[in-house]
Amino acid sequence: MEENLAQVTTLPGFGRALKTEEMVINMGPQHPSTHGVLRLELVVDGEVVIDVIPQLGYLHRCFEKHCEHMTNYQQVIPYADRLDYVAAMSNEFGFVVAMERLLKIKVPERVEYIRVIMAEFSRIVSHLIALGTYGMDIGAFTPFLYCMRDREHVLDIFEETCGARLLYNYMWIGGLSHDVQPNFTEKVKSFCKYFRPKITELNDLLSYNKIFIKRTANVGVLPGDVALNYAVSGPVLRGSGVKWDLRKNDPYSVYDRLEFEIPVGRGLRGTVGDCWDRYMVRVHEMEQSVNIIEQAVDKLPSGDVQSALPKRIRPDAGDIYARTETPKGELGYYIVSDGTATPFRVKVKSPCFVNLSALPAMCRGAMIADVVAILGSIDIVLGEVDR
Amino acid sequence: MGILDQKFENGNIVITSMDNLLNWARLSSLWGMQFGLACCAIEMMATGASHYDLDRFGTFFRGTPRQSDVMIVAGTVTLKMASRIKVLYDQMSEPRYVISMGSCSNCGGPYWEHGYHVLKGVDRIIPVDVYVPGCPPRPEALMEGLLKLQEKIRGESLAKKKSA
Amino acid sequence: MTPQEIFDALKTAFGDAVIEGKLTGTIDPFIKIAPDKAREIGLFLRDDPRLQFNVLMCLSGMDYAGGKLGVVYHLHSMAHNHKIVLKTEVPSEGGHVSSVESVWKTANWHEREAYDLYGMTFDGHPDMRRILMPYDWQGHPLRKDYQVPEFYNGMKVPY
Repeated sequence: MEENLAQVTTLPGFGRALKTEEMVINMGPQHPSTHGVLRLELVVDGEVVIDVIPQLGYLHRCFEKHCEHMTNYQQVIPYADRLDYVAAMSNEFGFVVAMERLLKIKVPERVEYIRVIMAEFSRIVSHLIALGTYGMDIGAFTPFLYCMRDREHVLDIFEETCGARLLYNYMWIGGLSHDVQPNFTEKVKSFCKYFRPKITELNDLLSYNKIFIKRTANVGVLPGDVALNYAVSGPVLRGSGVKWDLRKNDPYSVYDRLEFEIPVGRGLRGTVGDCWDRYMVRVHEMEQSVNIIEQAVDKLPSGDVQSALPKRIRPDAGDIYARTETPKGELGYYIVSDGTATPFRVKVKSPCFVNLSALPAMCRGAMIADVVAILGSIDIVLGEVDR
Repeated sequence: MGILDQKFENGNIVITSMDNLLNWARLSSLWGMQFGLACCAIEMMATGASHYDLDRFGTFFRGTPRQSDVMIVAGTVTLKMASRIKVLYDQMSEPRYVISMGSCSNCGGPYWEHGYHVLKGVDRIIPVDVYVPGCPPRPEALMEGLLKLQEKIRGESLAKKKSA
Repeated sequence: MTPQEIFDALKTAFGDAVIEGKLTGTIDPFIKIAPDKAREIGLFLRDDPRLQFNVLMCLSGMDYAGGKLGVVYHLHSMAHNHKIVLKTEVPSEGGHVSSVESVWKTANWHEREAYDLYGMTFDGHPDMRRILMPYDWQGHPLRKDYQVPEFYNGMKVPY
């Protein structure tokens, strides 16, 4: 065992050989840069990382057990909110899409468009937090404050619509809990007009900054075929050059009627699949989300958002797997029903869990400081990893 | 401090002025430990950001427990994490305070019934000074919790032994 | 390819290991396979040029009440854009499923989670240990007949 651990290196200009050993360092559950309670065991040789072993489970809140004890499928939605608590609307969207396919309900058009607008707002909110905290991890504190300032405008719109800032319980199976306020269209349009220059401001502050590029380009490269074997999805997959987005490749709701582009990493400042590519994919996705919101709010039809709410939710026995594109990646719900009003099994395939499993492949050979940059670029939320 | 305790039980002019000075110093610069566990952590970050500023109360977040005064437990405490929280609380030096933010750390929150891995309230392992209810609490609610903690500190005294 | 063609291709290649297929009448057609042949079937599904299932979307553990556990695999092919579901069943005590970790690397953590929460073992997995629960936890929590323990390391678990 000892001869495996010790490696002998000869420094130039020295007569003696220097013996090195591997060391295991703990990046503990309480750490400013781990985005929550994640424990990383780093096996290092000096400053170079040989292996990273993530230890999970510090936020395991028994979501799947709760689902099996609910008396009604609608009661699952507040728990689904708390999975990816940064972009709660997307989790609800995934669940109601799966349930409406299982129950074969068709919702009014107004509901579909409002859901798309809310999901794209939550994409903007999630990416703002991701980019702000990523800058903070690298060392730049100002973009964090700018991103939180812009996020407050979106949270105002959420609060006017459904009463809550962070966890909404807004999308119900078959409709929505509240209709939007009368001033919704003007508020959304004025936000879109306000937000486009802010993305340029963020680019000026952080994206093309020389120090930022030096810390993120050519760091944590994930090749496209390795990414597919690890089944990563979302900006991590698109940053590796694979053009795959469920909103275009497997459309749900009304995404097939809206025009937008899919940003893909091309290695403009380094290699394809490095941290800078994943970061820029998120910045461009925010621009595309603003496009989608403007189109959707122009096409918003009138109607009653609660007309299709079912009185009793009792699906036939069977199962369904439905997936949607959340800001973190492909969120899948595998719902098994046994014919009663209580779910038999609700399994969540969370994108952050899968993306995090690719972390060891990205970190081998990097320095300890690069591990922080790579972890930030994957953009994990521990509520979803541990469920 | 033993002689002072016996002779001046209710405090005299020297002790009350010292009390006021020390308490004012402590409550005006409560350095918090970054301890966001779950969703409430995002609201804590929003409270610390520029819209609802926490820096005007003298609070800003430190990464290590050895340099902080107050630990804001924001989010669900699981059984796996509980021993680490106890270790971190023990590493804080006195005077130390704990604010329990959100229903999960107050009493288990929405996971109280079937959560086999959730600790039903952080006060089962460490003593808590202020409880802030909400799921998640609004930033204004967290600020009110901080102000209540400041009121509590204002009432402390050198002559009386601080509990736990 | 349609689900019937996928089922026929599997049946000709593996015979008895492919137990049955429910291809009509459900939203997601599924094929039931034998648990000890999961790795060979997975390798065939990934590498055969007509099938090319290169993405394992989801691997879930199941507890079919009545003393049976199960594993459900959801596969997707990006080249041909088709999906299929595979299901296996094992007994509650001492159930063994062959691991597909060597076929799709993403199954590493999914299988650890299924072992942690349900208790079936995956043969050939390089790192079979608990992932979400603490390492000294007794029992497998997501089973239908699980009893929550009263105390864990001195902390009271129920409310």
